[in-house]
Amino acid sequence: MVNVLDIVEDEYIHPGTRMCAGCAMALIYRFALKALGPKTILTVPASCLTVLHGMQGFCTTKLSVLHTPFATTGAAASGIVSSLEEKGLADEICVVAFAGDGGTTDIGIQALSGAAERGTNFIYACYDNEAYMNTGVQRSGSTPLGAFTATTPGGKTRPKKNMPKILEAHGIPYVATANGSYIFDLYEKFQKARDIKGTKYIHILSACPPGWGYDPKDTIKIGRLATETGFWPLYEVFNGKFILSKPSKKHLDASNRKPIEEYLIAQKRFKDIKQQDIDNYNSFIEAQWNEIKRRLENQ
Amino acid sequence: MTDLKKDYQKILASVQKPVIGEAGKTGTWSRLKPVIDLEKCIPAKSGKFSCFNCWLYCPETVVSREIPPKINLEYCKGCGICMEECPVKAISMEEVKYE
Repeated sequence: MVNVLDIVEDEYIHPGTRMCAGCAMALIYRFALKALGPKTILTVPASCLTVLHGMQGFCTTKLSVLHTPFATTGAAASGIVSSLEEKGLADEICVVAFAGDGGTTDIGIQALSGAAERGTNFIYACYDNEAYMNTGVQRSGSTPLGAFTATTPGGKTRPKKNMPKILEAHGIPYVATANGSYIFDLYEKFQKARDIKGTKYIHILSACPPGWGYDPKDTIKIGRLATETGFWPLYEVFNGKFILSKPSKKHLDASNRKPIEEYLIAQKRFKDIKQQDIDNYNSFIEAQWNEIKRRLENQ
Repeated sequence: MTDLKKDYQKILASVQKPVIGEAGKTGTWSRLKPVIDLEKCIPAKSGKFSCFNCWLYCPETVVSREIPPKINLEYCKGCGICMEECPVKAISMEEVKYE
């Protein structure tokens, strides 16, 4: 496990960005870039991250970034990788696609699936703030059950799409889930992914103060609650082997998990959640952890 | 041919310059700013490189990892994450005038 002094001091984002105060995505991006180092080329579709990068003519990151249309993140990354291979730089330079949950689970899924099928040597990182936050909180495939958004005024009726599992089914070498509140875990996962050859997918839960409806100072706490309640387990699947990450290990035992209500009540988007939905959450978490137990035992 | 190539390069690859404060002085976003109480702060008190939760959890890269930690108030948006994550509650949000 890395500690605070093992983390690189260099910053790759300049202060004074356009992100909302208390944005977990800015924190995730900051540490992902630290873990990846200066020899990185990024590609970013339309998302909150485009807002972070700023207006034309200026950029807040010190690394090369290619902005692409919404649906083409995977394809753009494949293009960058091919051109690097042509120049003989593919082993030196790491290509990273950074997209939001809308750009991954809804709009960009075909390009990502294509890139994963081709085995393109790149990292795809999805920061999941569970709605289209950039355009004013509209429902996405990744919005959880019962959450209020501009397009689901009574709460969403369908559960969240399990994107890491979809990517796992592609048979790629590395799939991981992470959380912006567990920085060391996130840092290690990006460092690990950098050194693996093939398509790597990291799905990161990113708390969003205006979209989820809580005070910006609670960003880290809310993110932590998602993992502590067992709703967002942290794990890696490395060459088919399932590894439960350190922060989630103790949640194997149901008595160590906090009640899901704690996580839901802290956010305004779940203000009108029904008891039936809370029961659905509980059975979902139960089923999710039973599956994790089964996977850990059967390998 | 070369002219055409040059024109395409102009259109396709607009070069962007990395700048500090792309969104202006974001310090003006909030009235309240974090102030570190150096008598409670772990690295300032012990003189050792440890803790640095404020540096770790700052989304805005405005806190420095040094003894004692310094906060760049010019760009601090005043989200208060450092106050919440400080294990010894050494940081409080106050109205600070800065130049």
